Amino acid sequence: MTRQAALDVHDLNAGYGRQDVLHGLSIPSLVAGEVTALLGPNGSGKSTLLKALAGLVRTRGGSVMLDGQDMTRLGVGERARHMVYLPQSLPAAVHLRVFESVLVAARASRDALAPPLQLSDIDRLLARLGIAHLALHYLDALSGGQKQLVGLAQALIRQPRVLLLDEPLSALDLNYQFHVMRLLKQETQEHGLISVIVLHDLNVALQHADRAVMIQHGRLHAQGAPADVITPESLAAVYGVQGRVEACSRGLRQVLIDGLNERPR
Amino acid sequence: MPNAASAVSAYRRIVRRRAGLIALLLAAIFIALLIDFTIGPSGLPWRELWLTLTTPASADATVRVIVWDIRLPSALMAALVGMALGLAGAEMQTILNNPLASPFTLGVSSAAAFGASLAIVLQLGVPGIPDAWLIAGNAFLFAMFAALLLDVVARWSGMNTSGVVLFGIAMVFSFNALVSLVQFLASAEALQSLVFWTMGSLSRSNWTTAGVLALAVAVAMPLAMRQSWKLTALRLGEDRAASFGVDVRRVRVAALARVSLLSALAVAFVGTIGFIGLVAPHIARRLFGEDHRFYLPGSALVGGLILSLASVVSKNLMPGVVVPVGIVTALVGIPFFVAVVLRRQLP
Repeated sequence: MTRQAALDVHDLNAGYGRQDVLHGLSIPSLVAGEVTALLGPNGSGKSTLLKALAGLVRTRGGSVMLDGQDMTRLGVGERARHMVYLPQSLPAAVHLRVFESVLVAARASRDALAPPLQLSDIDRLLARLGIAHLALHYLDALSGGQKQLVGLAQALIRQPRVLLLDEPLSALDLNYQFHVMRLLKQETQEHGLISVIVLHDLNVALQHADRAVMIQHGRLHAQGAPADVITPESLAAVYGVQGRVEACSRGLRQVLIDGLNERPR
Repeated sequence: MPNAASAVSAYRRIVRRRAGLIALLLAAIFIALLIDFTIGPSGLPWRELWLTLTTPASADATVRVIVWDIRLPSALMAALVGMALGLAGAEMQTILNNPLASPFTLGVSSAAAFGASLAIVLQLGVPGIPDAWLIAGNAFLFAMFAALLLDVVARWSGMNTSGVVLFGIAMVFSFNALVSLVQFLASAEALQSLVFWTMGSLSRSNWTTAGVLALAVAVAMPLAMRQSWKLTALRLGEDRAASFGVDVRRVRVAALARVSLLSALAVAFVGTIGFIGLVAPHIARRLFGEDHRFYLPGSALVGGLILSLASVVSKNLMPGVVVPVGIVTALVGIPFFVAVVLRRQLP
């Protein structure tokens, strides 16, 4: 089932304290069923954008419209009905079982409108993500990849419309990177989610994302199909590197970096 | 790989086992209370204790006073203070995301002791509070102040564990120095009643203080339990909890208010009793995990059990003398504290 939905970010200003990180950022329509890769160098405002969308960072002016409803006007609880943000990592030494941690995600805020949760729903979800065998393991005993899958389960049990993932692949090996991206794409399509995922690996974005948004200094640099966004020009302008994008023998595009245009700031 | 039904039923079994464990702890506290009640410097036989308990009117006046005005209230107080500190410690460790947090280790108890000492020695307190509640009221205000300060520092330092602990230790030393200053200024009689606070002793318990603390625990516990899912979600990280719809700020402030109330009353009534608030949550975490529906009451019950047993020990250390129970818990608690510090690689 695909719910048609669209997320429009318009003229968003957001930041910490008095300092704005996002400056009038606008992103046209992200649609349901698509995985959007959020790209940009360190400090460009990727995480801030995700947090601002989820309402964890105060926004000053601008709007976040989901199907015509301005999310910035909703309270914490109401907003959480529509969007889930997953930070990069879990705190250390959490003595909770996987099953419980997913249950907590569902029960943390009571939603009178949502259908009541059955414990078997959690089981089915864990099975769908291929981690049913970990249900009774403690979180602090899991590997990084397993933790990311559990995080995904925590997010999905809430049946959000928008899924915001902050660098979920950063600590994962190649196998898990591929696995998580494939699952994410599958869930996004099957449940009509609008998924936005911060990625550092441009090759992963080229291979897996339906769309890419590249930001720099808190402003939109480019957006569109990943192959149109990730170009030698944008690599030079945004990342300060000399790069090529070449098709491999199977037609898959690959980013190759030849050198630096400028020193890291 | 277990099939879908088995994980649900296994989880249900775990939940049932935890509920059973809670019942077991309740029974253990009851037994500890009984033992605590039956021993004391006067060495009264069980039969006489029982008769005085069931038919107080026919008992000898001295025995009646020992049973009804000393043994019973102080035995109950031991369990109640332990529960209050256990619950306060558990909530503190969760909202500060810090395994070393407890009212005692981070200075909330010291702040309360300073507030109490101001009231005892200088009769200084908040205007409007009746004299009988001056000590408790002052203790609460200072405890709340310390707790809020900790919260501010915790957020400011990005929940950095060592930073919060260092700040807490600084508060412990500062408030202890202030208490010493008040002691230095105090008259001889005031000094005597003040020394009692710094040691932590159950000997001054009475029905009023036990009743008030029981009421506080009876109010704080259900309020904490209503927040149990949200508190559990906080263990997954503040941002994650907020994105699950938890109003983190509100949950933290409410929890800090409960922590302050419980630790302030405990300090005002029996003085600073250390390490229960630190040790009980760690034991409860091992027994129950961190599902706060069980972790919170579990920590309270473990705290009650430990202090009740500590009270029994304090009566047996030296024949005919009741050693202040705070000394016993500190002696037992310090090795545990060191073990926790050594086991964790603090950031």
